[in-house]
This record gives sequence, structure tokens and C-alpha cells, in this order.
Amino acid sequence: MTLPADLCLNEFNPYNGGTPVNTFTVYMQYIINGLTLGSIYALIALGYTMVYGILKFINFAHGDVLMVGAYIGLLTYQALLGDSTSASWMMLAFLIALVVSALLCALLGMFIERVAYKPLRNANRLAPLLSAIGVSFILSNGAAWVFGTQSRRFPYPFANNPISILGVTITPHQILIVIVAVVMMVALTFFVNRTRMGKAMRATSLDQGTSELMGINVNRVISLTFAIGSALAAVGGILASFDFRVYPSMGTMTGLKAFVAAVIGGIGNISGAMLGGVLLGILESVGAPLLHIPNAMKDTIAFAVLIIILLVKPDGILGKNEKEKV
Amino acid sequence: MRILETEHLSRIFGGVVAVNDVNFQVEKGLVNGLIGPNGAGKTTLFNQITGMDKPTKGRIIFNDQDITGLPAWKISRLGIARTFQNIRLYKDLTVVENVMTGLHFTVGRDPFKGRFAQAFKSYFTAGSENKDVYLQAMEWLEFFSLEDSAQELAGSLPYGKQRELEIARALAAKPSLLFLDEPAAGMNPAETEHLMDTVNRIRDLGVTIVLIEHDMKLVMNICDQITVLSFGQKIAQGTPEEIKNDSTVIEAYLGAPDEEEE
Amino acid sequence: MLNFFQLIIIYAGIYALMAIGQNCITGYTGMLSLCHAGFFCIGSYVTAILCKTFGLSFWLTIPVAAIAAGFVGFLIGVPTLRLKGDYLCIATLGLGEIIRNIATNLNPVGYQAIPRASLFGYEFSARGKWQFIALVWVFVLVFYFLFQRLAHSRIGRALNAVREDEIAAQSNGINVTKYKIGSFTLGAAVGGVAGCFMAAYTATVNPGTFTFMVSVMVLCMVVLGGMGNGKGVILGAFIIQFISYFPQLFGLSSIIPAQAQQIIYGLILVVMMIWRPQGLLGRDKFRYGIEKRRLAIPHKGARKEGGRA
Repeated sequence: MTLPADLCLNEFNPYNGGTPVNTFTVYMQYIINGLTLGSIYALIALGYTMVYGILKFINFAHGDVLMVGAYIGLLTYQALLGDSTSASWMMLAFLIALVVSALLCALLGMFIERVAYKPLRNANRLAPLLSAIGVSFILSNGAAWVFGTQSRRFPYPFANNPISILGVTITPHQILIVIVAVVMMVALTFFVNRTRMGKAMRATSLDQGTSELMGINVNRVISLTFAIGSALAAVGGILASFDFRVYPSMGTMTGLKAFVAAVIGGIGNISGAMLGGVLLGILESVGAPLLHIPNAMKDTIAFAVLIIILLVKPDGILGKNEKEKV
Repeated sequence: MRILETEHLSRIFGGVVAVNDVNFQVEKGLVNGLIGPNGAGKTTLFNQITGMDKPTKGRIIFNDQDITGLPAWKISRLGIARTFQNIRLYKDLTVVENVMTGLHFTVGRDPFKGRFAQAFKSYFTAGSENKDVYLQAMEWLEFFSLEDSAQELAGSLPYGKQRELEIARALAAKPSLLFLDEPAAGMNPAETEHLMDTVNRIRDLGVTIVLIEHDMKLVMNICDQITVLSFGQKIAQGTPEEIKNDSTVIEAYLGAPDEEEE
Repeated sequence: MLNFFQLIIIYAGIYALMAIGQNCITGYTGMLSLCHAGFFCIGSYVTAILCKTFGLSFWLTIPVAAIAAGFVGFLIGVPTLRLKGDYLCIATLGLGEIIRNIATNLNPVGYQAIPRASLFGYEFSARGKWQFIALVWVFVLVFYFLFQRLAHSRIGRALNAVREDEIAAQSNGINVTKYKIGSFTLGAAVGGVAGCFMAAYTATVNPGTFTFMVSVMVLCMVVLGGMGNGKGVILGAFIIQFISYFPQLFGLSSIIPAQAQQIIYGLILVVMMIWRPQGLLGRDKFRYGIEKRRLAIPHKGARKEGGRA
């Protein structure tokens, strides 16, 4: 997964022989880029963390839901836009595409849960994991069948004129990514902490049996969790496709990194996922030039971070130490 | 003679003191009861001693050896076996295989020293070793009258038999000290009666038993010595008669004396 | 037609070796590893580099490949297997990609014209298919018997105990971490051995072969045949290889899209988990040297899995 030139900013790389610029500005630039990347990871990580919090299993198909979301968004956007070049219609069409994609992916998430995971709720630990890998494979290869394997670019919904602040370049789509991500995260935090359904969700993640006795419809809560997680993944997928393009296997690596983000923050913890996402984004963006890691090996950073976290603090930054009850 | 002793044992979870400065003694050859209201820290104490969890403070001495903080698998090799409150059988293995697994570290030891040599020897002698282990396991099943279900899957046994199988698996390693965590939970009176008989037979094998139990009739009948925990602290220790008449215990736990005896 | 059947038997043999390794990890010990393609890759590269660059004999590369793959497995196993939960599957998913990345960085086009294996002056070329079938299947059988024996020794019982309940296994004196890491290392090593045969048969290796799809394919073989069942995984290898050569075998390559095969693998995983989690052949029964009659397992209907969510 390589970033296109406008995010890689090779012209700013002091080791590149380009115009020498002040190191502070260079690193600010990396941090801004990392922040953008990180908010995408955070959105996707939320889906992993919410499902893990309630069902204690890693939803492997999450990354592929993201890919489906990106395709739906792209196709809706192109269909709505047609030949129009009107700036306001472009923006509106983009927002409509975002909503349509989120809704359809929410349905997809619920459908996957109902068909592939629900029958396995009382099976042994390995069964839902294997089933999830199966779903992931069906989705990514189904997409390759339907849409072909070539990657497509998601057009910017507005003119992409960079803004320069103190020598740091910020593009409008970076601002858009951060705004959308922050809005979604604030909405989710509000939902989980302030609404009845959110409370039911928190209760279910603590103890499914007791919640059921308290009159909570656990099946509905689980369905809803998948719906929300998948909708967030769809939004994350669309935002990611500005930079990474849209292709059938885009979910694998992006999903893996988002999972690493969730582990960094403490899996099962919602604010942890957000924090972990942003941290991983910045680490990746700053780490690669700092350690002279070639672009092809960039993915290794997330992986190394995962191993280090597992060795040093396996419960993540905000996670609680949960021991299996004897 | 004491087989096991804890000295000032404490375990703190976050801010909650689950076990508070407990000096718990187990006399060799006796059936020792551990009772107390729910949440008194009985299972936590079991977990500290069997290595499932590490104590915050204090020491555990088993046969004059400090075993504090050793991993569970090492402790079980020293001769401490246990069962679990929520039965933990290998559900997808057969009944006899469960007991054979219980024999894990008792086989494949002799002429070779060292772990790797042991593993290799065990691998190459699997044929003859298996038959031996199998027959030993069958003897344990006969001890518990489970031999007819030997080839069934452990998860398919009725509840009472699952409890007994778990005890059989624990005993297979020939421990000197056996911890039973609520062995009679969920049993009907007939099964409890049978369990009492079984516990007595196990004691006759020379195994020291510690059991957590809520069934007062069972505890008062088969225990030689009883320790009472309340809110993480040891509040009494003595014979069933002494415990029955101990005012602290009555206050903390029984409410009214003799209530449960009828 | 005969050609394709021979090809299926050869690849089924190579993949059966992989499946035996995966079975050790997933079937016996209940750990989900998703980088068998990575170990396969390591094995192939070891054979390719040692044979081609250093002129070593093919036979000598087999132990080297096993050790190399096992060592990588050990390195990844130590941090992830000490922990509860399913970190292993994510870590191995990443590892598989990284091994492929490193292989690509090492040599993007791979190695061609790798010297072939020879025995007493006979060279196993791609043309002598029956001979190669014999070579691969001798190894499959050897590994099958070695692992059957493992499964039914005290080591195998300890691995099964770890799969069923780690806490109970500890209380039975089993060093859970050691057995988990050991089983993972061993499974990885067998994956490496399978890689040697791939390199020996095709005489070329290139990083594009060792995708995530291969790992899922191997997992499918194990799930399909029956987790923990030695005969089952070999049957699984045959069935999956047959599926993947089905279009060529019947001249339908132009009608059936390339992805159909992968979609079938996905479906196999989901459907098997829901309808027959114990696999086609089910649980492996063992006699422990006692006559059959006493051990007849009374027939049980559909059995409910243990209730641990």
C-alpha cells in the first residue's frame, strides 16, 4: 500500500536532495499526514473493538466490509455525479454517497452476523474465527469477480488546492477526512454513553447473561453493534480510498492496521480505539522517514508496533487487565 | 502434621481485598473444609495456592517448600491437584482420555533425565506407554464406577458424573493434596450421598483433601477440620463441633445455629 | 486428462504436507495460524537459494528449510502465544505478508532453473510425474505416521488438553506456553518442508505464489477433512486440489471465473463451521493398543459443542 505523491510529500524529505527545509516543518508535515491517516484507522478500529468488546472475537471480515463500503460509495458517487461539474452538487453527491454506503454496509454487517456468526455463538472459540475468515474471503473475491481486480481512484469531491500554513501543506481532503472522522467519533461516544441503547450495549459487553436477565435484547444489541461498526468501516473505507484507491483486497492491510490500532488502545475499549488509531497513523507517518524504511516495507511498522505492544503491555494503553475467571 | 500452610496471604484486586492476611493450615491426612459466605474469598484462596493467580502478599508453604508464585503446572507436579467450581473437562475428548491427560506428568519419566529426552522417549515408546497409561486410567474410572462410559465424550456425561470425572482426572496424578471447589454444587441428594462416600474413599487412599462447600450437611459430616472465611479474613478454625458453636461464625455466616442441619 | 490427474496428486501431496503442519497447530492445539504460506515460502526460498547459489543437494536443504521455518515460527510464537486470546491469528496474518514482502525485496522475480533433486543418479524432473508422485507421497506418508504417533502420545494428549481448556491443562501439570510454542514451531517446520518440494517440482520460485490465499486454502483442507484428524487433512488436500483444478480438468476455464475457486474456499469455511465443525471424517479415534471391541464408541447423534462463548 503506497501513498500517492501528495501524501508522501517526497519533496519535503530532507534526505531527498530537494530544497532544504526546516526539520520542524518537515516533521509537522508528517504529523499532519499521520493524523489524517490515523483518523481513518480509528474509524475502522472502532468496529473491531466494539465487536470484540461484546462477542470476544476478532471479526476478520471487517476489513472487507470496508472495501465493499468504498465500492458502494464510489459507484453511488459516480452515478449521482454523471457529467456534472458543479462544485456544490459534487459535495452533496459525496455526502449522499457516504450515507448510502454507510447504510448499505450496516445492513451487510447485520446480514453477515446473522448468517455466519450467530449460529456459532455457543460453538467453540475457533469456529466464529474460521467462519469470519471464510466471509472475508467470499467478500474480497466476490468483489474481484464483480468489479475486476484493477484499482480505481476515488475522485476528490472538490478542487484539491493545498493550503500552506507556516510551511506545512494541508489539503482540503485531509481536512475533510479529519472532520468526518471526528464527527462520527463524537456521535458514537454520545450514543454509547448517553442513550438507552448505548447503555444496553455497554451492559452486554460486561456480561451477556446478566444483561439478558435484565431484559436487554442481546440479539438486537449484537446486530446493532455490527451495524454501527460496519457503517463506520464504510465511511473509513471511502475516506481511505482518496489516498489508497479502491481495489478488492484493500481491506486486508487496512483492516490489519486498524486492528493493531485497536490493540494499541486496548481492545474492547472505544476511546482506546480512537487513540490507538491516531497514534498508529502518526507512528507510521513519522517512523518511515525517521528510520529510513523503504516504502515497500512500510507496513512492517504497524506489525512491529503490534509485537512490541503485545510484549510490553498486552492490554493496550487504556485497556484493563482481564483475566479469565477460574 | 501440616502439609500446607499459608502465611499472611493477601490478594488485592484493584481496590478490593479478596483475601486478607490469611493464615490457613491444612493437616495431613484429614478432610479439611473451607466454608464462608459467597464472596468470602474461598476460591481466590484456592487459586493462590494452586498457582492460578499470584498472591499480592504472603507465602505459601507446601511440605516445607515455598511455592509462592510458582506457575500452576509446576505446583501440580509437586502434588497438588484441584477441580473447578464450573467444571473444566476436556469436553471433546473421551472420558478415558481425560483421565489419561491427568496422568500427563506421571509417565515417561524414568531412565532418561531432562525434559527433551523425556519427550523423545515418550514419543518413541508411545505404543507401550499408551497401553500402560490407558490401563491406569481405566483403573481410576473403575474407582469412580465410570468405566462403562469410558469411550463417551466427556461433554456428553450427565452433570454428576462430570464432577466425578473431574475428580478422577485430578487424582490420576497421585497428588498428596487435593482441592475440591464446590464438588456437590448442582447435585441431587442421592448424588451428594455418593460423593460423601467417594470423598471418604479418597481419604482412605492417603490423600489430604481440602474442599469448599456450601452444603452444610456434607461439610459437617465428612470434614475433620473446618476453616471459616468471611470478607477475605479467616474468622475461625476447628472441628465441626467447635465451628457449630462458635459465636463469630454463627454471627457471620450461619445466622441461626442448627438451621441447616434439619 | 491423465496429466491433470497426476498434477492433482502431486500438488495434493505437497499441500497435504502443509496441511499436516497446519493440523498440528490448528487441529491438535487449537491455535489459528494464518501464515502457512509464509512458512511454505521460507522453505521454497531455502531450497532455491541453497541449491542454486550454493550448489547444495536437495536432500540437505530439507532440514535447513525445516529449521528456518520453525525458527521464524518460534520467533513469532513467543510474544503472541504467551497471551490469552486470538492475537496469534492477526500476528500471523501480518507475518505472512511481511515474509512475502521480504521475499519480493530480496529478489522480485524469484529464482528460475533450480537444480532438481536426484537420488542414486536419477533426477526427478517435471516430466517424470509418477516418479515425483512417489517422492512426494513417501514424505507425506512418513510425516503422516510421525504425526499420528505424536497425536497419540502423551505430547499429543497434552496438546489436545491445551486446545480444550488451558486452565484445566495447567492444573494437570501441562506447561501450556511451552506446548503451544512447540506445536507452532513444529507445524511451521513442516510447512517449510512442503516448500522444498514445491521448489523441487516447479524448479522456480517467485513471491507471487505465496499469497494469503494459499494459507486459507491450507486452512480449508484441515477444516474440511476434520481438525485433528490425520487422514482427514490428506483427504481435504485432495478435495481442495481437485476443486482448484476442476476448471482445467473439464476445459471450463473460460466459463468459470478465476475467483470462483476462492469463493468456494470461503463458503467451505462458513458452511463447515455451521453444519459440520468436526469435518468430513470427524474425530480421530484411537485404540491405545487395546483390542477394538472394548473401545467401540457408542454412536452419538449430532453433538452439541461445549458452551463457551
